[in-house]
Amino acid sequence: MAAIGIDIGSTSAKAVVLDDGGTLVFKCIRPTGWSSAEAADGLRGELASAGFDPAGHACVATGYGRLNVPYAGKLVTEITCHARGAAYLFGEGPFTVIDIGGQDTKIISVAGGRVSDFIMNDKCSAGTGRFLEIMANSMGQSPAALIELARQGSGVSISSLCTVFAESEVISLIGQGKARADIAFGIVESIVDKVCAQCHRAGGSGPFYLTGGLCECPGLLEPLSRRLRSDVNTSPLGRYAGAIGAAVTAGTIGKG
Amino acid sequence: MADYRKMWEELGMDLESHDTLCAVLPVAFGDTYLSQENRPENMAFYDFVVSEIHGVRPSELIEHQKKGGKVLGTFCVYVPDEVAVAAGAVVTGLCGGSQFWVPGGEKVLPKNTCSLIKASVGARLDRTCPFFRIADMYIGETTCDGKKKAWEILAEDVPVHVMDLPQMKRPQDYTKWADEIRIFIGVVEKLTGGKVTAESLGAAIRLINNKRRALARVYECRKSEVIPISGKDGLLMTQIAFFDDPARCAEMANKLADELEKRIKDGVSVFPKGTKRILLTGTPLAIPNWKLHHLIETSGAAVVCEEMCTGTRYFEHLVDESQTTLDGQVDALAARYMKNNCACFTPNTGRIDDILRLAREYKADGVINTNLKFCGLYDTESRSVMRALKDAGIPALNIETDYTDTDAEQLRTRIQAFLELLG
Repeated sequence: MAAIGIDIGSTSAKAVVLDDGGTLVFKCIRPTGWSSAEAADGLRGELASAGFDPAGHACVATGYGRLNVPYAGKLVTEITCHARGAAYLFGEGPFTVIDIGGQDTKIISVAGGRVSDFIMNDKCSAGTGRFLEIMANSMGQSPAALIELARQGSGVSISSLCTVFAESEVISLIGQGKARADIAFGIVESIVDKVCAQCHRAGGSGPFYLTGGLCECPGLLEPLSRRLRSDVNTSPLGRYAGAIGAAVTAGTIGKG
Repeated sequence: MADYRKMWEELGMDLESHDTLCAVLPVAFGDTYLSQENRPENMAFYDFVVSEIHGVRPSELIEHQKKGGKVLGTFCVYVPDEVAVAAGAVVTGLCGGSQFWVPGGEKVLPKNTCSLIKASVGARLDRTCPFFRIADMYIGETTCDGKKKAWEILAEDVPVHVMDLPQMKRPQDYTKWADEIRIFIGVVEKLTGGKVTAESLGAAIRLINNKRRALARVYECRKSEVIPISGKDGLLMTQIAFFDDPARCAEMANKLADELEKRIKDGVSVFPKGTKRILLTGTPLAIPNWKLHHLIETSGAAVVCEEMCTGTRYFEHLVDESQTTLDGQVDALAARYMKNNCACFTPNTGRIDDILRLAREYKADGVINTNLKFCGLYDTESRSVMRALKDAGIPALNIETDYTDTDAEQLRTRIQAFLELLG
């Protein structure tokens, strides 16, 4: 029996399937949109078309929308799932996972393939994917393009931690005629600052692995590595870490 | 609820605004408390008190005043009730546990003041708490900067006496606290016209000790493998203890303890076997702040103890009853109250010892350290608390929150992840 993992994040919804031997045999991703229930339903359709109807397999849901996955047999938090997914991708640890998600950033210490400690940002979007998305929007860029643009910039810093104020700050920088690359640099630095502060607070030690939707952006990995004075690595499957962890959990249930 | 409108009117309360509060509280209490299964029968008393929270006890206090008695409103577990009781005054806690009062406090306090202070000041200034209206005098203390300045604002409206709590625990600090207690005796004597004698203070010490013993009995039951009472119910008993008559408080807690002891003997638990046991430590949870207990206990764990002012700090340690002179009794009071470990002291290693000890005694699987947003003292102390727990190999989660419910689901995710970590 295959094991299905569903991760309904605030920005995107992911599904993965692991076969009996733990090999990843299917994955898909779609925007969560306004309704996590609809996103979950969409994933179910994609799974069914690929021959993995959730009704016939062990299925675990995670992510902030996990309550809206009626076909999941069990719900597990994204913290546990990200740790398990990271262990699947990067080994048993010890290492630290930096997950930059849509609405929260998690720093998770993993040892023996399990969570040993974690912290999350508070009711504030600073240092999250949402922060980047809003800043990118105000500059007419996609988040990935903005991070890439930032690599050519320098010299600007965004002082506001609050997303709303930071956005006005960006708009006024645009008004002042600052180079776009420099503003982009300031935005990315602000995220890196906040994430590194959280890593230090968590007492996280290397190696570090980045998961979440931004994991494939070298423009984020490089400054993070520089500031943490340790390599920050990732995997092309990093954005699926939560879903993979959910599937790993489903697999252990399947085997009783 | 009985009709208390006339009483509230006479107290000069803002009835319209207060009605809003009266409409919300029963719903919150129903959702949080009455939804629990298999509660101890003796919780009925506490449910009744909540259902008439602004009526039944306030009318008793007013009766006391009609007979010429005085009522003191207090905010903190360092203020010795014994002194007030010995002078014939009645002590009551004051409101401060709901977001309802926070906007009122924000009219006069900086935004970055903790919810407890904002709510207390708001409850007074907006005239929506009868206890604040009834009290003839408030007794403040110097446990944090926010409170120190808040007393100045409240003093514009009501007589306030502030006790200057030492911030260290050297021999001279014990002497100083004893002096503060002597000053307090003078203040209360002047207010009531009564006299604090070795006899009356001795009786008051025994009365309050009995209340402590009764509360401790209930907490003792929470140490059992069989968990006979939910954390929410345990917390409610403690919260109400701040408002109740001390003798009745002891009587009701003893009745509850009798029932819980029987439950333990009969193996009656309110949680399934193997439920993870959580020790909660940190800033106080004033009534009706049940947020964290509710989140924890609806996420599949049980709160077995609170290392808080609304918890063990309220009843642990008795005052020495063997003293026969006023001076000896005052020193005994100072010695007992200085055993409390508040983050306003430096250093405050006693609190860490307490947390580690309580985690053992209550067989906690994990500790949640909680901090009311903008409480700089407890926030800063979180670091040494978390480190000590880590060194002791006790899993711990740090949560900062306030009275609003907007972060409830985010907190739930963290709490659930923490419980998953406990296995």
